[in-house]
Order: sequence, then structure tokens, then C-alpha cells
Amino acid sequence: MHKFEKIWMSVGTGSLIIFLVILGVSAVHAGHTPAASGIETINPEYVREDTRFAEPGLHESEDEEFDYNLYFVASAFSYEPSEVEIPQGSRVKVQVATTDVVHGFQVVNTNINMMVEPGLVSTYNTNFDTVGEYLIVCNEYCGVGHTDMTSTIKVVDGGAEDNE
Amino acid sequence: MSKNIHPDHLFSLNNRVDAKDGKLVLANMIWVIFALFIGGSAGMLQTFIRAGMFELPFGIGYYQLLTLHGVILALVLTFFFIMGFQIASLSRSAGAFNDKERLLGWIGFWMMSAGTLVAAAMIATNEASVLYTFYAPLQAHAFYYIALAVIIIGTWFSVAGQLMRYFRWRKEYKGHKTPLLSFMASVNNVMWLVCTIGVSMSVIFQYIPWSLGIVETINVSLSRTLFWMFGHALVYFWLLPAYMSWYVVVPKVLGTKGFSDNLARMSFVLFLFFSIPVGIHHQLTEPGIDAFWKGLQVVLTFAVIVPSLMTAFSLFAVFETHGRKLGATGILDWFKKLPWKDARFVLPFLGMLFFIPGGIGGIINASGQMNQLVHNTIWVVGHFHITVGAPVILTYFGVMMFLLPHITGRKITKQLNNMGLYLGYTWTFGMGLMSAAMHFAGLRGAPRRSTFSEYGGADIAQEWITYQILQAVGGTFLFVAIVIAVILFIQLMTGPKTTEAEEFPVASMMDQSVPTTKWVENWRVLIIITVFLLLIAYTMPITQMFTENIPGAKGFKLW
Repeated sequence: MHKFEKIWMSVGTGSLIIFLVILGVSAVHAGHTPAASGIETINPEYVREDTRFAEPGLHESEDEEFDYNLYFVASAFSYEPSEVEIPQGSRVKVQVATTDVVHGFQVVNTNINMMVEPGLVSTYNTNFDTVGEYLIVCNEYCGVGHTDMTSTIKVVDGGAEDNE
Repeated sequence: MSKNIHPDHLFSLNNRVDAKDGKLVLANMIWVIFALFIGGSAGMLQTFIRAGMFELPFGIGYYQLLTLHGVILALVLTFFFIMGFQIASLSRSAGAFNDKERLLGWIGFWMMSAGTLVAAAMIATNEASVLYTFYAPLQAHAFYYIALAVIIIGTWFSVAGQLMRYFRWRKEYKGHKTPLLSFMASVNNVMWLVCTIGVSMSVIFQYIPWSLGIVETINVSLSRTLFWMFGHALVYFWLLPAYMSWYVVVPKVLGTKGFSDNLARMSFVLFLFFSIPVGIHHQLTEPGIDAFWKGLQVVLTFAVIVPSLMTAFSLFAVFETHGRKLGATGILDWFKKLPWKDARFVLPFLGMLFFIPGGIGGIINASGQMNQLVHNTIWVVGHFHITVGAPVILTYFGVMMFLLPHITGRKITKQLNNMGLYLGYTWTFGMGLMSAAMHFAGLRGAPRRSTFSEYGGADIAQEWITYQILQAVGGTFLFVAIVIAVILFIQLMTGPKTTEAEEFPVASMMDQSVPTTKWVENWRVLIIITVFLLLIAYTMPITQMFTENIPGAKGFKLW
């Protein structure tokens, strides 16, 4: 191998290894694993009969790790709820299920971005730290009304206790 | 021809594509030109619709057009080009096909043509607005899936003919290393045969029975995973013919030798190994797959970058060595010595430049955490337009510049060469603008695969629309480039005949006489490693999709 080739390949491969180490540390140490991973099943025809998704929206969590569970039902071409308020600073387990085809669930200006597929529940754990209005869009083609499919998350000032 | 002739002599004797093979190549290339025009026009209209500047007449849907754009460009154009170029490369470097091999090529061609026409009819009648990725449980007409299956099986026939030509050469010149171009085409063909197994299983055993109503539901996760097992290898199937041109054709256009035969073979072998067990990086944000398997495929995806770095090195090594031979001094003077007036060089070179941001974007997309931010945003669309939509297609254009007149017995005139340069620069400007706007809009959250929408008057959507207008400007330049390309290609085939046909440039390598690395042409070993990696990456995730009782999904037609 040519000397320059050796240098080039070592620098190149070396930087790839550094990238991978960063990804690995971030995943294992900081918990930044890919969204929606794992298998939690749900029958797409009975999503609303399922206890988890009977009343979509924000619910106090029984789990110590979270303040709230936030359930969304996606169906062509809307999300339920169509708007939700979340107290600033909440630790939330977001779960989404679809009643029909594949949808996307992207909360613009946040890291929440995942696919929703029939038969499976998609989960993303996050904190809502910044007050504001966040647009949710469907970013996976689902049919003619695809771009009408939106919802809004309003992160509001103060903890839940401070409100009535 | 005597069997005692050393292949290197044969290599220099055999300096053109056989006339009968040429007809087959040309038939494939005519589809390319046709597909470019149809698919490109659809693309331009899409940018106008998304910018809110145009509405489709006659009840044609945006997603119908998008499906057409994807199928015609990502599948039809590329498949016909790749089959045509590889047949030409084999005929040029290993020698003419025999009747049986060529017949397989023709059967493939007619199957692909028939499949394309039926798929196009299904899209035109709005029976198949499910995009080329056909995500279940959106359910198209069964004919759409059958047509796509026929296209894929058609490529298998063509590939079988090509592989037979390669192996016949190996048998005839036992012990000699095979011509580099023929080896490269064969790697791409073997990779193709392995990766299409997944998608054909999915189409034949899932989509077709389900769309015919024989079974009621479909396992969505499984269908997507089998699709992407093919879907990412597909991008390397597009790319490797471009690499064939970069490694072998471009140095000869400069009038010099290629960098290294062994390095080129090694990089192709690495592509064979690492193109397939990486598809899950398209599925990083979806349920149904454990984080571990997503992570493993991210690591394997990074391995594919290594042969790309090898390729970049050897190309620029050739450019610099060549420039210095012509008297260049200093650090970058050699750059000026490159043949900037030769479209056969400028077209692929512009493509190589696009591949720098394209490759960086690819690393970003494959990095799990960053993927989270860009997944399904229009950033991704920007990414594949500066990979397949620029390096790959510009190189294809560069190949067609010499291949069409080579086969039809003509020369590239000065005027046609200049048209080629205009094509390159117009395409570069249009694609640069459009894809930059796509990347920036994507970072601001704009979704892909979406028609014009104000999203209920959200402020952020206004910002997206500004970028969409820029995309439409880029799209307009691209359409102009396509018109130039179509006129250029037709003239290259129909201009006045010349006594001597345009050359099909094939460089010899600086290490031409050195034997190949030992196992590089041991196909048994290569295939075993390829399948082994595939099994490691996919056995568990796919098994889980069967054992975890994921409820099936009924079909929907929501367009």
C-alpha cells in the first residue's frame, strides 16, 4: 500500500471509529437509544378498546420515572388528542398507536420523531423543558389527507400542582 | 481466438462492444432516456406543487405523481441503465456474449419492459399511489406488485446472462485475473441477486396474496424489513456502475492509468459484504426492532464508508499524478491540468464533488441519534438527490456521452461535447440549489413525501414554504438540464455516421501485471461471507417478527 494511502485510510477509518464510539457512549451512557425500539403489540382494530388508548391524552403516571403518560391515537387523517397541554419540566412517556396505516409522529423543534405502525405501540421518553407551542406533523405518507394530519403540544408554565 | 493469448493482449485487442451486444445495450439505453424525461418532468411538477404555485389538473394526485417519479427514476431508469452499461462493459472487456447469454439479456429486457408498462398503467389509473417503497398496509392493485416483481425477475435474467459471460471468460483463461470491468459488474450482479431475495419474498409471499385477497392481513414490520434489506443495497447497486466508470473509464479519458487494480477489486468486495446487512438504518425510529439490532446495523453501515474512502483516495491520486506528469507544481496546480473541456470527464467529476456532502450526509443519517432529528424530513430527500440524483446520474450521463455514439458508430462532435458541459453545469446548479433548500428545510422539521400545506397556519410551516419556493427554482433548472440531456442523447445516436466510432475508454491500471489478492476472485468465499453477515444482521430481528405475534394489518386505499 502507498504511504499516502495508509495515512488517508488510517485517518478515515480512525474518525469512523471515533464517531461510532461517540454514538455508542451516547446510547449506553446517556440513554439515547433509537426511538420506538422493542416490540409492544396492540391490535390495530381495537386500539380504542385497549386500556392504554381508551382516553388519549395526558395522564398522571403510576411509574416513578415519569410524571405523565401521554397517549396519542393516530388514524387517517388526524391525531387524538388534537391539542394537549403539558406542564413545563414534566418527564413524559409518549406512546402512540395507529388504527389503520403507517403514520409518522414528529413533534417539530423537539427530538420526538418516530414511526407508528399497525400492530405495534411506539414509545419515546422525554422531558418537556421549554415553554411553547409545538406542531405535530405526520411525516410518513398515509394517503390523500396526509398533510392535514396535525396536532399541537402546548408546554405551559408551572408544574401541574400550581394549576387548578 | 487462440487460448494461448494472454488476457492482457486480449484486453487490448478487444476494444469495442460487439455489434449484436450493442443492440441490446442500446435497447436498454432508450428506456433510460424515456424514463429520464417522464420521471424528471414529474419531479419538476412536484416542486411547483409543493411551493403552492401550481395545482394538478384532471384530478391527478400529488402522491400519484410522486409514485411515478420514484418508480420511473429510482427503479426503471437505473435498472435499464445498469443492465445496459454492464452488458457493454462485459462485452468490451471480456468479449462478445454468446447467443445464449445474449438471449437471457433480451428476455430480461422484455420482462423489464412489460413490467414497466403495467406498473405505469396502474399508476396512471390511480390504482397504485403507494410510492415506490409500497408501504403496507396501503394497498395497491395486485397488478402493481406483480409488475414490479416481473421487473425484478427480468433483471435476474439479464444478470444471469452477464454472469455466464464472466464465468465463461474465467474458464477460457483459467488462472488469469479477470478483466477489471467484468469483475466489477459481476460483484454488483451477485450483490443484486442476494439482496433482491428479501424484497421478492415479500412481494411474492406477502403483497401479492394480500392484494389478491387470498390472505386478509399483512405483517407490516416484516414487509418493511424485507424491503429495506433490498432498499439499501439498491443504492449501492446504483452506485457501483458509477464507480466502475470512476475507476476504469475516467483515468483513460485523462489519458492515464488507473490507480490500482487490487484496490479497486478490494473496495468492490467490501461493498458486496456491507451493502446488504445494513437496511435497518432506514428503520431506526420504528417499532418492532430491538435497539441492539438497530445499533449493530449502524456499525455495519459505517463499514461501508471504508470502500468509499478508498475510492476517493484512488481517484484523486490519479488526478494529482496525472496533473504533475503534465508539469503541475505546488499543492493544487494539478487541478488546473484536468480536462475541463471534456464532457466525459466533467460530468462524472461534478458527480464526485456532490459525493463529498452526499457522503457526509450519509454518515449523519446513519448515526442513530442524529437520524432521530432528520428521519422522514425533507433533509433525507435532499440527501438522496445529491447521491443518486447527482454523482450517480451525472456519471451515467458521462457514460452515455461515449457509449451511445460508440455503439451506433458515431463520434462526439465538439458541439455535442459542449452540450454535455452545459448539461453538467445546469444540472449541478439546479440540483445544488434544490437539495440545499431541502437539507435546510429538513433541519427545520419539514416533512418529506408531503404535498403543499400550511399546517393550519403554523409559523414554522411558513418558513418551510420559503425553502419550497427555492426547491421549485432548482427544479426548473433541472428540467432545463433534462431537456438538454434528451436532445443530446438523441443527437448522439442519430448524427452523421463516422468511419471510426467513438472510443469506449478503458484504462489499464498502474499495477496491471500484479496478481490479485488471493481470495478476491474466490466467489465461494465471497458469497459465504456475504450471506454470513446477512444472517448475523437479520436472523434475530426477522425471527422476532414471526414469534412475537404482532397483529396483522388489513389493506387500506386512502388516496
